[in-house]
This record gives sequence, C-alpha cells and structure tokens, in this order.
Amino acid sequence: MASASGPVRTVRHFELPTSVSGRLRVWRFTIARRVLQFTVLLAFFGTLRWGWTVLGQPLLAGNLSAANLAGVLPLADPFAVLQMLLGWHWPVAEVLVGAAVTLGAYAALGGRVFCAWVCPMNVVTDAASWLRSRLSVAAGSDLVRLPAQTRYVVLALALVLSAVSGLLAFESFSPIAMLHRELLYGAGLGLTGALGIFMLDALVLRHGWCGHLCPLGAFWAIVGRVGQVKVAFDDASCTRCGDCVKLCPEPRVLHFGNAAASGMIASGECTNCGRCVAICPESSLRFDLRVRVRSAAAGRAVPPTLTPGGTI
Amino acid sequence: MDRRQFFGQAAQGAAAAACGGLAWYALLEQQARAAVPLRPPGARAEREFAATCIKCGLCVQACPYATLRLVKTAEPGVAGTPTFAPRDVPCYMCENIPCAKACPTGALDPQFPDIARARMGLAVIDPESCLSWQGLRCEVCYRVCPVRGKAISIVNHPRQISRHAMFVPVIHANACTGCGICEKKCPTEVAAIRIVDPRLVQGRIGAHYRLGWKHEEAETPAAAPSPAARTAAPPEKKAPAAPGALDYLNRGGAP
Repeated sequence: MASASGPVRTVRHFELPTSVSGRLRVWRFTIARRVLQFTVLLAFFGTLRWGWTVLGQPLLAGNLSAANLAGVLPLADPFAVLQMLLGWHWPVAEVLVGAAVTLGAYAALGGRVFCAWVCPMNVVTDAASWLRSRLSVAAGSDLVRLPAQTRYVVLALALVLSAVSGLLAFESFSPIAMLHRELLYGAGLGLTGALGIFMLDALVLRHGWCGHLCPLGAFWAIVGRVGQVKVAFDDASCTRCGDCVKLCPEPRVLHFGNAAASGMIASGECTNCGRCVAICPESSLRFDLRVRVRSAAAGRAVPPTLTPGGTI
Repeated sequence: MDRRQFFGQAAQGAAAAACGGLAWYALLEQQARAAVPLRPPGARAEREFAATCIKCGLCVQACPYATLRLVKTAEPGVAGTPTFAPRDVPCYMCENIPCAKACPTGALDPQFPDIARARMGLAVIDPESCLSWQGLRCEVCYRVCPVRGKAISIVNHPRQISRHAMFVPVIHANACTGCGICEKKCPTEVAAIRIVDPRLVQGRIGAHYRLGWKHEEAETPAAAPSPAARTAAPPEKKAPAAPGALDYLNRGGAP
C-alpha cells in the first residue's frame, strides 16, 4: 500500500477505535441499517400478528411485495409489477399507484438503498461476509467466478420469462420474498433459499448474491442511476489508502478515477450502505445530494487532477 | 482479445444464460401447473390469478376468521399465493368479502358483487365413508350449508323392499361456492365431503349429445355444468323437486 501514497500526503490506514463510542461511531451506519431493517420487519409483523394500528387503520399491512401504510398509502414492489405488466396482465390501479410511490421514493433516495437498508436478505449476506472475514476466505480462492454484470442477465431473463410465460418469473421463486414471508408467517422450507445464499456468499463466491446474481438488486441499480442521495468524494483529502475499496461489498463501485472526476460514487450499484463513509481515515467520503455535488463540481474552476500514483 | 475470442466468449455467455433460462422456465411452468389450491372468493382463473397475485398477503390479513393462509414453499401451487384448508377453517362467506376488497392487484376482484357467486371449489362426497350413504340420518352437510337447500340437497335413495330408504346428500355445482363449511362440520374421522378443484371432478356432456326428453326445455343446466355456466348462471331451482336429468340419474340408478 506504500505505493499508493502521494507525494504530499502520507497514507494513514483505518484503525478500529478501541473506545466504545469510537466503535459505535464507526458502526453507526451498520447499526442504523439494522435498526431500519428490523423496524420495517417489526412493523409488518406487529400489524399481522398483533394487530398494530394507527388512527384505527392497520399500521403496515401486507409485506415487501405490496403493502398498505396506515390504510392510506399503497406501496408495491415495482419490479414485481413490471413482471406482471410484461406478462400482459393489467392489475387494478392500487398496485400501480403503490409501485409508482415506491419507485419514486427509492429513486429519490438512491435506488439500491433498498438493498442495504430494507432488504431482509442483506442481513443474511452481511452475516456471510462477516463469517468469511473471520475464516479469512480470500476472494482469490473462490470456487466460482462470475462477472458482476451477471445480475443484469438474470434481470433480463426474469423479464423475458415473465413475458413468455405470462407468469411472475422472479416473484415465483424470489428467495427474498420467501425469506420475508417466512419471517412473517412462520419458518419453513422458504428459508432454504436464504441458507443457500448464506453458503454461497460465505464460501463459494464473495458477495455472490447481492453483488452478482440478484435481479432485484440489478433493477434498483438501474433506478439508482438517477438516485439523489449519493456518497460524495473529496479528491483533495483522499490518500488512496484503499481501505474503502477493500470494505465495499460491491465489486466495481468504488473507483478513484471515476469518483475524482464526478465528485461522487456515481454508480447505481452503490447501495448507500455507508461502510466507506464510516471508515475513511481522511473523511474524504460523505453522504450528500447529487445536485449539490454537481453544482460544487461545476463551481470548481479547474477540473480535479489525480495525484501521481493515485489511480487504481 | 481478438474478434474470434470475443465472439467465442459471447456465445459461451449466451449459452450459460440460455441454460439457466430454460431451467428457470421449466420450473416456472411446473409450479404454475401443479395441483391448484383452493382460492379465496372472486379469484381470477387460476393461471391469470397466479400471474396477478403479488403475494402480499393482504387478503390473509383482511380475513376476519383467519381462514386464509399463504401457500408455503414446496407446497403445490405458486408459493406465497393465498389458499385455505376448509377442514381447518372454512370460508364463512362474509357478505362484504373483505379479502377480495383488500386485494391491491385485482387477482381477487375487489368489486366482486355477491359472495354466493363465489366458486372457490366444489364439494364432492365419498359415498363409502359418508354416514348418510350408510343409511344413517346424518345430513350435517345439508344443514350447515350456507347456500341453503341449493348447493346440497337430500335425496331419497331407495334400497329395495327389505331395508329402509337412505337420504343422501347430493351436490349441485351450479350453487356450491366451495366455502367448505360442510367439510369442516362433517362428523366422520376424515371428512367424507371435501372441497376440490372443480376441474378434477367435473365432466362435461358435450354438445354432441342431445337429451331428447329435455328437448322442450330452453336450457339444460344440469346437462351442461361447464365452469362458464357455473359462474354465469345463478342457481335457479332445487334439483330434487324438479324433473330434470340430474334427478332422473339420482333416483333410479345407483346400486
């Protein structure tokens, strides 16, 4: 890593603080993500099992496929609705409104923010990543290698098969939906999908499901291209220590050249998980809005240049 | 990478995608064509239903009797779609049909007008375990049926001169909603009356038969209980009293 040091700055690597408060600060996004994932699940569970209401209406009825918030706001998985429409089935308006609401919300927040902050499978794959790091399984020793773009092929297959069969190709087998349903309604064979994904991620292919295969993630990655909440990148303070790249669960997302040019992690595949933001020793990464990053980049008189040895 | 290598790799990738896609397609069709579970009232035709149900469970949550549940993974039918097991909890046929109203996609028709026109399944009787068919005066199914006297009627079934006649239940497909209250209440150890997918048990006479003795009648509902006729025609007569084809078959024929 010494070769990554620029002429001006010395490279400081990330070190996990020893104090509890310091560690909580490093883990703040992970803690927030777990809290949100659990809160969403609990809201569904409480409404289903304990009859939670708000203003006399069910708090959050349904599940991640389609839901109703407080009896007024329909929500729906736009990817599922897309499969339905491609199968030439015209649903009633409620689910179309719900899908539009959800699509709009996630487009504003940044597409794959669903993946890191809401999706229940994220807990499974993060656990697999943790196990992997404890077992020190090197990425190079993976049994299987796939390009990260494989998920777009899976996405295309899901859409083509929905159109050909007139059925919901991905929804019929979605391990995410199965895991979510089994968490709500009681565990059964649907957990086999999550177990398989855990083993895949832990031992067969690093970030195999979320980073390579999941068509829902691919769908949100495409939506994420217009996402507004982005990880902004400050080229001036970055020493190219590469700690963020090593931690990032998405193989192709953190690219210093691209980030320096655009002032942010522009890829739609970024899940806004915040790992890189939390561990950056120079605080060169932070959450910001796309429009602000754009206007800041436009305001700079001289386009940023890479420091020698700073490319990756 | 030269052009030859590029096309070679592209072909490999396409072949891998095609392999995966074909296997996926086979599983998809297999799941969709598996035995059809019983559906809530107002459901679209099965394949259409499987393709429009988004598996949200809102119907399950709307059901006040906890009748509905979602098909579990590896059970017959598309996982996550709603169904019910009448022997556990039957459909109690709410007048306002809250399950259908809760459906956000229209897989269950939210405007379904009349619960009596629901066709969730069809009751069938196993005469070999039905108490009435053993000569007892059970008739529980007839008395609990919510479509009173229309979906199930009790028919006098003579057994020659030395034994008293039997009074046996007969199902009328043009009125049976498939709610399953009969199955729930059937007193035998394993229900002698069950709700099944009508397609498993219903035949169709076909247009090539002309029933001469019914020639005068404008309509022959008993002669052609097709699924279309079942959903379209409201039940219009009590079969045991009316002189029709069904009646004729029931009175004379069985041993």
